[in-house]
Amino acid sequence: MSNAEHDHATRRDFIYYATAGAGAVITGAAVWPLVNQMNPSADVLALASIRVDVSAVDPGMQLTVLWQGKPVFIRHRTGAEIQEAQAQDAEAASFIDGLARNENLAPTADALDANRVMPSPEGEAEAAWIVQMGVCTHLGCVPLGDGAGDFGGWFCPCHGSHYDLAGRIRKGPAPENLPVPPAAWVDATTIELG
Amino acid sequence: MGGIPHDHYEPKSGIEKWVDGRLPVIGLLYNTLMIPTPKNLNWMWIWGIVLTFTLALQIATGVVLVMHYTPHVDLAFASVEHIMRNVNGGHMIRYFHMNGASLFFVAVYAHMFRGLYYGSYKAPREITWIIGMLIFLMMMGTGFLGYVLPWGQMSFHGTAVITGLFGAIPFIGESIQTWLLGASAVGQPALNRFFSLHYLLPFVIAGLVIVHIWAFHTTGNNNPTGVEVRRGSKEEAEKDTLPFWPYFVIKDLFALAVILAVFVAIVGFMPNFLGHPDNYIEANALVTPAHIVPEWYFLPFYAILRAFDNTVWVVMFADWISFGIIDAKFFGVLAMFGAIAVMALVPWLDTSSVRSGRYRPMFKWWFAILCVDFIVLMWAGAMPAEGIYPIIALIGATYWFAYFLVILPLLGVIEKPTTPPATIEDDFNAHYGSKAATDSSAASPAE
Repeated sequence: MSNAEHDHATRRDFIYYATAGAGAVITGAAVWPLVNQMNPSADVLALASIRVDVSAVDPGMQLTVLWQGKPVFIRHRTGAEIQEAQAQDAEAASFIDGLARNENLAPTADALDANRVMPSPEGEAEAAWIVQMGVCTHLGCVPLGDGAGDFGGWFCPCHGSHYDLAGRIRKGPAPENLPVPPAAWVDATTIELG
Repeated sequence: MGGIPHDHYEPKSGIEKWVDGRLPVIGLLYNTLMIPTPKNLNWMWIWGIVLTFTLALQIATGVVLVMHYTPHVDLAFASVEHIMRNVNGGHMIRYFHMNGASLFFVAVYAHMFRGLYYGSYKAPREITWIIGMLIFLMMMGTGFLGYVLPWGQMSFHGTAVITGLFGAIPFIGESIQTWLLGASAVGQPALNRFFSLHYLLPFVIAGLVIVHIWAFHTTGNNNPTGVEVRRGSKEEAEKDTLPFWPYFVIKDLFALAVILAVFVAIVGFMPNFLGHPDNYIEANALVTPAHIVPEWYFLPFYAILRAFDNTVWVVMFADWISFGIIDAKFFGVLAMFGAIAVMALVPWLDTSSVRSGRYRPMFKWWFAILCVDFIVLMWAGAMPAEGIYPIIALIGATYWFAYFLVILPLLGVIEKPTTPPATIEDDFNAHYGSKAATDSSAASPAE
């Protein structure tokens, strides 16, 4: 659109570019609401926290609850499971994901068993409780629990990701350990998520 | 059209002249239907009609299904059951729609592999090929979106897996996934928008189909010899071609009738054969089906997605060279889309100057292996991701990429093709004798 007769920009060139520029900005501004409407709506964003009664979860049992549309695994580990998970710390060098992925800790925390578990309520064995998202970090399936997989923890049936007893990814396509959501004890038998 | 010399439409009656002067639509239809078509087309050239028919079938059955379906997480599953049990003839309409998706993909794979063998993608038909690949992508999108709507277990967890593919993109993936789902997990927003898009995309496909037809009507059809129609004069062109109507329309409709006989038998007697029983269980976020499998038509690409885990050296290397940005998860996603991308790029990857595989002695074998590879990948994709199957899938995926990226470029250099016939007429005469040719080169032999 530039004026071929003049080798320098004319006033008309400027007006062309300014008009085209304004048009592009206005088009963008008009299109953006059509794109943005697909982002989570206000009610979805309203963060809900839930309280879970775990008094009936004996050692060796697992509870799966729905929190923010996603399953959360709450496992009460047995003494043998705790020992096995802690023994796996020795292989920390070969972990696929070296970070704890625990939202209750600093993001740089190592993927040691102690950094994955919840602090235990009084009168209970240390590291007995582990709370983590039940969503495979590969493509979002719900892994199978109760000792499934090569490492005795969880196994995702969709694409074969194996997690150990501390929810750490050990084998398969998943890139990260199962994330630990914000969780805290409200009293000796109730966990608050979120 | 087509640069192939032929008789053009001339309005004769008064009404035709009246319309033609205002909107030349009769001429457009006439020229489209009467396009000179190579007379040596074989039975692999029927799939276009089958695909067009299937698109119409899917749109017609889909529009009426929507009259009874409710896109809500609490009601979707029940409304599909309502269609199956209460709506007059609803079960058949749904079964036609459900199996229609399978017919669509059977036809599109046959159509694509036809193109790959006879070199239909080569100059000057690259744009036809690219539009076709876009249609294929849209079909996969539509098929996936539609599978979500019944809100069964496979619908729900399949959605989690497929939208998870976008979550694998480094840095921005999670935002994209949330944007697609309208929440951090699959739920009401996802179901509602998937319904909207599932209704939209078939019409986009219909538009692309028109462009696809426009493109190959401009270049003319390819044919089994890959030899171009002679365009020197109308007489010359008429020795190589016959008008699409009635010669090819009748042939295509016959083939369509045969295919529909098989299709209706499947719809009538084994409508759920190609589906998964898990999808008749209502969606439950807490339990993933023991074995998530996509529909059969996605399996080859699904196998490629799963093949690349972090024990494969290419994946480890990509991870290392990209400082961890391309992890196993993202690599799998790249491989899956890459498998389609290399197919889209085949017009520029195939270096051979001979178009049709019929005259390429080495190509034939590599192509046959590709067909087997496709079946093997489909099978591996249906198997659990354990034991020997990921290894089979990895070998299959490797061959898929090798075929397009290594074998096709090299074959053009090292292969010595045989000589194709000089003209389409020669090829036709070699099959049917020159008497038939003399007959059909007359203006209207059948009348």
